[in-house]
Amino acid sequence: MSEPFYSSSELMIINSARLLLDGDVVLVGVGQPNLACNLARRTHAPNLVMIYEAGVIGAQPARLPLSIGDPTLVSGALSVCSMYDLFAFYLQRGYVDVGFMGGAQIDRFGNINATVIGDYAHPKVRLPGSGGSKEIAAWAKRCILLTPHQKRRFPEKVDFQTSAGFLGGRPEREAAHLRGGGPQAVVTDLGILEPDETGELVLTALHPGMTVEQCLANTGWDLQVNGPLHVTEPPKVEELRILREELDPSGIYLNGSG
Amino acid sequence: MTNSKVMSLSQAIHSFVHSGDTIYAAGFTHLIPFAAGHEIIRQGLKDLTLARATPDLIYDQMTAAGCARKVIFSYMGNPGVGSLRIVRSEIEKGNLEWEEYSHFGMISRLQAGATGLPFMPMNPTAADDLDQVNPNYKKVVDPYSGNEVVVVPALIPDVSIIHVQRADANGNAHIWGIIGEQKEAAFAGRRVILTAEEIVDEAIIRSDPNRTLIPGIVVDAVCQVPFCSHPSYTQGYYDRDNKFYLEWDKISQDPATIRQWLDEWVYGVKDRQEYLQKLGPVVQTRLKIASRPSYPVDFGQY
Repeated sequence: MSEPFYSSSELMIINSARLLLDGDVVLVGVGQPNLACNLARRTHAPNLVMIYEAGVIGAQPARLPLSIGDPTLVSGALSVCSMYDLFAFYLQRGYVDVGFMGGAQIDRFGNINATVIGDYAHPKVRLPGSGGSKEIAAWAKRCILLTPHQKRRFPEKVDFQTSAGFLGGRPEREAAHLRGGGPQAVVTDLGILEPDETGELVLTALHPGMTVEQCLANTGWDLQVNGPLHVTEPPKVEELRILREELDPSGIYLNGSG
Repeated sequence: MTNSKVMSLSQAIHSFVHSGDTIYAAGFTHLIPFAAGHEIIRQGLKDLTLARATPDLIYDQMTAAGCARKVIFSYMGNPGVGSLRIVRSEIEKGNLEWEEYSHFGMISRLQAGATGLPFMPMNPTAADDLDQVNPNYKKVVDPYSGNEVVVVPALIPDVSIIHVQRADANGNAHIWGIIGEQKEAAFAGRRVILTAEEIVDEAIIRSDPNRTLIPGIVVDAVCQVPFCSHPSYTQGYYDRDNKFYLEWDKISQDPATIRQWLDEWVYGVKDRQEYLQKLGPVVQTRLKIASRPSYPVDFGQY
């Protein structure tokens, strides 16, 4: 049987979905993270509890939510609370297992910039800013990040630290006594990066057909390879069917690199 | 009715909003009071400080119309679409002051304002860059453990504007769906304007007191404004007009098309009723949603 055709977005979404465990409580970002979490819930993780920062607990969206506050998240949810309660009672208190996010820039130690390119006071490019990510990255027990593998997205050091990865290295994060453990993995369209014992992101897996050279050429630091590299299992027909037919039939987030 | 605070939105804005004020138009994606933003534009108010977790299209439009001196925010994007072009470009050009938090920082400020506290503590996040550039983020020592906590000061808007599904004439309001920071904004504000899809008899409010998020005692004006939150949505009443959110991404790219849009949809209509007529039945039909009622609760006759 020939392998199904899939896009780079589908590859990222499917591989990041596989990192969720059944029963995880996940704080879901909108867009591709949202597709990944809904895919996981419809495949290997039926008991996934999806939380949205708008204050929705246990959402079961019947259609693709087009914003973080879409009404489809509310209808049929377990609970709706204020944003203060969401961030304080759920996240700060320690009930969130996974933070699932994209990121404009992710650096060598998994720190995220979603705020600004260039000088803060005189911004070259003004990005949307933290939203929930400053606290999610600090307090979720682990974080799954997904972003296309491009050099500008993977600098040696982020221009602005919106959210903490391992800061300058794992000991620094440990010294900060944050509740959460930091990034578990960064899933790209080429492969998967995971933190080593120092907290540095190293290449641990390639997607089928991708090469180490491509990863090196598209990373802004001297990317280390943790060999022998694991090759991810290709997207399954069923995973692709759920994404295309059930979750994003108009191809809003699936087409292009998001 | 002696307790009635019912007035037109135009009168409420005229009476309670002044140039130079700090405004919090509440609603996280849901229940955003666009009609009030448009009325503020029509009344030509200036030098406003516009505070919202997500400035959304309402503050993009008010900034385009020249109402804003400063924005206070925690996520500046066109939700689900991309960049919030006008606020972003005014910041990049240095024309607009800004003050920035994370969502938790922003709503902790409101929580402090709403509960009469001078500040709210939060656990540290170790991502200190925002704390460095915004002097309102400070660290204090927890007197019990000796560890540091991060604090932000109370936010007390001069005016909070809150849209709700239904309220009585005194401003006792039922809200359901995403409740974001509606209650906090209402309690924090010095003055509170409430807009409602429906004004109902007090008996309806009293039939379900757990759903009353905002009590009339904090409300100054009650305005009946159906479709107030279009192109945002009102849970159970109409859907979000995602098509418009996408269109705004194009409209907001060019000062000429922005001007044209403001002329047609804000300056060119008298009030939300005219806006609604102009929007027409096709759009209203497109945004209709099927019914999904909750199972009723029984409070018991005591």
